[in-house]
Amino acid sequence: MLPHGDDEEKWLAEGIAGIQHNAFYMHRALDSNDLKDALRYSVQMLSELRTSLLSPHKYYELYMRAFDELRKMEMFFREETARGTISVIELYELVQHAGNILPRLYLLCTVGSVYIKSKEAPAKDVLKDLVEMCRGIQHPIRGLFLRSYLCQISRDKLPDIGSEYEGDADTVSHAIEFVIQNFTEMNKLWVRMQHQGPTREKDKREKERSQLRDLVGKNLHVLSQIEGVDLDIYKETVLPRVLEQVVNCKDELAQHYLMDCIIQVFPDEYHLQTLETLLGAFPQLQPTVDIKTVLSQLMDRLSNYAASSIEVLPEFLQVEAFSKLSNAIGKVVIEAQVDMPVVGAITLYVSLLTFTLRVHPDRLDYVDQVLGACVKKLSGRAKLEDSRATKQIVALLSAPLEKYNDIVTALKLPNYPRVMDHLDNGTNKVMAVVIIQSIMKNTTCISTADKVEALFELIKGLIRDVDETQDDEIDEEDFKEEQNSVARLIHMLHNDDPEEMLKIICTVRKHIILGGPKRLPFTVPPLVFSALKLVRHLQGQDGDVIGEEISATPKKIFQILHQTIEALLSVPSPELALRLYLQCAEAANDCDLEPVAYEFFTQAFILYEEEVADSKAQVTAIHLIIGTLQRMNVFGVENRDTLTHKATGYSAKLLKKPDQCRAVYACSHLFWVDEQDGIKDGERVLLCLKRALRIANAAQQMANVTRGSSGPVVLFIEILNKYLYFFEKGNPQVTSSVLQGLIELIKTEMQTDGSSDPSADAFFASTLRYIQFQKQKGGAMGEKYDPIKI
Amino acid sequence: MFWCFDILISPYIIQNYIIGAFKPPCNITISFADGKTRKKASIKKENGQTAMVPLFQSLENIVGEVSIEPVQGKKIEHTGVKIELLGQIELYFDRGNFYDFTSLVRELDVPGDIYERKNFPFEFSSVEMPYESYNGINVRLRYILKVTISRNYVSNIVEYQDFWVRNYTPAPTINNSIKMEVGIEDCLHIEFEYNKSKYHLKDVIIGKIYFLLVRIKIKNMELEIRRRESTGSGPNTYVETETLAKFELMDGAPVRGESIPIRLFLSPYELTPTYRNINNKFSVKYFLNLVLVDEEDRRYFKQQEITIYRLQETS
Repeated sequence: MLPHGDDEEKWLAEGIAGIQHNAFYMHRALDSNDLKDALRYSVQMLSELRTSLLSPHKYYELYMRAFDELRKMEMFFREETARGTISVIELYELVQHAGNILPRLYLLCTVGSVYIKSKEAPAKDVLKDLVEMCRGIQHPIRGLFLRSYLCQISRDKLPDIGSEYEGDADTVSHAIEFVIQNFTEMNKLWVRMQHQGPTREKDKREKERSQLRDLVGKNLHVLSQIEGVDLDIYKETVLPRVLEQVVNCKDELAQHYLMDCIIQVFPDEYHLQTLETLLGAFPQLQPTVDIKTVLSQLMDRLSNYAASSIEVLPEFLQVEAFSKLSNAIGKVVIEAQVDMPVVGAITLYVSLLTFTLRVHPDRLDYVDQVLGACVKKLSGRAKLEDSRATKQIVALLSAPLEKYNDIVTALKLPNYPRVMDHLDNGTNKVMAVVIIQSIMKNTTCISTADKVEALFELIKGLIRDVDETQDDEIDEEDFKEEQNSVARLIHMLHNDDPEEMLKIICTVRKHIILGGPKRLPFTVPPLVFSALKLVRHLQGQDGDVIGEEISATPKKIFQILHQTIEALLSVPSPELALRLYLQCAEAANDCDLEPVAYEFFTQAFILYEEEVADSKAQVTAIHLIIGTLQRMNVFGVENRDTLTHKATGYSAKLLKKPDQCRAVYACSHLFWVDEQDGIKDGERVLLCLKRALRIANAAQQMANVTRGSSGPVVLFIEILNKYLYFFEKGNPQVTSSVLQGLIELIKTEMQTDGSSDPSADAFFASTLRYIQFQKQKGGAMGEKYDPIKI
Repeated sequence: MFWCFDILISPYIIQNYIIGAFKPPCNITISFADGKTRKKASIKKENGQTAMVPLFQSLENIVGEVSIEPVQGKKIEHTGVKIELLGQIELYFDRGNFYDFTSLVRELDVPGDIYERKNFPFEFSSVEMPYESYNGINVRLRYILKVTISRNYVSNIVEYQDFWVRNYTPAPTINNSIKMEVGIEDCLHIEFEYNKSKYHLKDVIIGKIYFLLVRIKIKNMELEIRRRESTGSGPNTYVETETLAKFELMDGAPVRGESIPIRLFLSPYELTPTYRNINNKFSVKYFLNLVLVDEEDRRYFKQQEITIYRLQETS
């Protein structure tokens, strides 16, 4: 094969040399107006084109050179006939005396061009003769180039309407007839190329053929340029004739290219009006033809056409474009090309869907129909493995979302989830994320339980483990991202009607509860908060609640919440559960539901006791508990005592002294709620603070023992601040002398402490500055502070 | 004015000329009355050059003048001067034998002496010249005017003038097409059609070849015009076949169902009408030979006789 290329170069060079040589003498003859010699040398020149040695590519080079020379011959012929040396008819005969057919026909076409221009005979007759005579070349490459030459010289000489060569009433049909005949013959030659020569060079030939395809396609282009081809003629003559040829040639390459060509060169409007005919051809094509690309192309063009102007839309409806396309695809996919890979089928459906969305945005049933067809094609298969196919399905599913900007619409499509079922898990998740993002982007509010149900069915890939074996491979970050989006989604589910909202919550709960330990920490909190929001909402319209059949009572919701949070325990995620319990307790507090609140607190404490083992977590937890408890006002004395007692108890049992200290002084707030009816138990406040001081002292000593340095003075300063707070709030137990004592204590501590902590110094200084400020402010507060000396 | 040696190429004539030229006692010229206006035929001589000779057809009057001019100061004694119109068939393999199928004589002068230039008018009226002049491979048919000055004791003085004869025929009333299916079983089946069986010399052969079955790889196809000249008879028949035209009809391998057009103009080729059994001496026939060549250069052909005639030109 290798030396072949070199030889070919040589042959080409020889051919070019031959052409140049004879062209030289031809020019001389032309210059001296020697017709006989001009013909002789032009025949010899054209004989170079008789070679069989060149590939199409190289042959083209040779052809182009001859082509340029033929232009000169044509000029010469025109001059000669104009001068009257010879009539064009004589010339037309004269060139036919050449013994070799190929040069003869090239010259005949050239004279034919002059003949038509002279108008001594109707263009249609000359063209008909030329196209007939060209049959003599049965060699594919030579024939294709010859006919391409014919096409080239004739394209501006067709007896078209409005052309200067226009003939009688049937003029257009003659023009069409000519082009179609040339096209048909060229296509036959082109197809035949494939079957000639040894089988082992099949691929090479295929390559060579595709280099030649534009020669064939040019005819279709010319056809589309004929003015006289209006819709009727196109419908009645042109399209059926062309399609007949395309179908009958039974060649994969040709069919693909030509169908594509038809779609490209003729106006969209024509396609629309001849959809049935055009589509009718597809199932008749060879089973290996890549129909999907062509058909997609068609649908894309039609969609663009539909999008181009609103006025054309009625046409689409009138011709029932959708059902025709849909049927055609059905036929192709199901009947004609059983072996078409899934990706192909889906690509087709994507195009059809795009078309539908553009042309019939209001017809959801069409959209669903497309999806349904897709499901049908996919049914009986396992999950898709082919990544390209999956990609196409994602495109298929994304299209309606993008179009409608509203998942609610998509949720109405029964086939939507069924298509999603065919995706592999990874893609399914991707798709689910896409859906959620769409919701987020458009801040779509999903407001009924049914829709929520449908939605969660769609995104179930995110909600629960579909296939547990794959879990290990999931990237942690992706997983978080996914779950966060689910969490965000939960916030988008909303209905002002409490009944419906409750239903939504129940639905969501039903789904997320299945999510497994890894998902629950992400999904439960938004649900809880969503439910609490509902509770608040109910509380807001308390007065309006009439009738007893209402299920959406806070009580009921709290029950659900309770169960939901319980689920977190199995995860286990005690800290989170604890926080949520506290949130619920607070909400219950606001609803005046003491037992419920108590219950939540109990749960929180139980969790604290049993599950929160980490000391740091304990610190956080106890502070949360204290904070929440402080705000509770629903409890009776007894309950409150129990809870505060517990809280104080746990505070004192923290591991690290500073933590203990801080928790304990925080507990002081449990006994002093700065509200109208708040509890104000100054004694117990002081008890707490004193206890905190003790602990701080102990911490100090412990630090001395263990590290030789004084402990954290900062604890004392913090306690001082607490004292100041209660002092200002008017706790009778906190007096200025107590404060004075504490300040002195801190001062001594700081002096004994060799290495002073700058932040503690600053803290203390600013505390003192505050006291100073209050003293100078005067008024009641100033008087109160007055006794304190700094 | 036409000099016989310009036209005649036969060795015998040259011989005569040489003898005569050795010591030419006189110059003889034969001229036609309408020599200036008469049509002339362009004739290819054996040395490849062309010459123009006066053209006649059957039943024309051949009128002219013979001029005899003795060489200065010499007189010619003769026993009579005559002019003959001869139609001869000359067969080359039968060297030296002329068959005169036409022979007409006119006496120009009674025995006597010629001292100076003397003109003798002659006329052959409505001469029947049924055969056309023809220069073939093995045979020649010619018409000559022969002037003989008969003398005693010395050889006669002879002078020749050739002229050409063409006869025209009207277009035949019956002219069927030639249509035929040929082939090799399971290999190649074609059907061809020529629009006529009789063509005039400037005619065009129009036709078609249909490929009914193609199982061989054909490289090309051509149409040949062949001339078969047969001379003599019985065991002494000589046949010469010449291919006058090779006209490529098709390039490349067709498939079943293709039909290839034929359009062959006859005018560029040097054809004569078909001559059948001219004076029982020779025939000239024409054939169309359709040749298909396959990729192994095997040739498949089918030959069909066509009749060629000279159409009376209307204008």
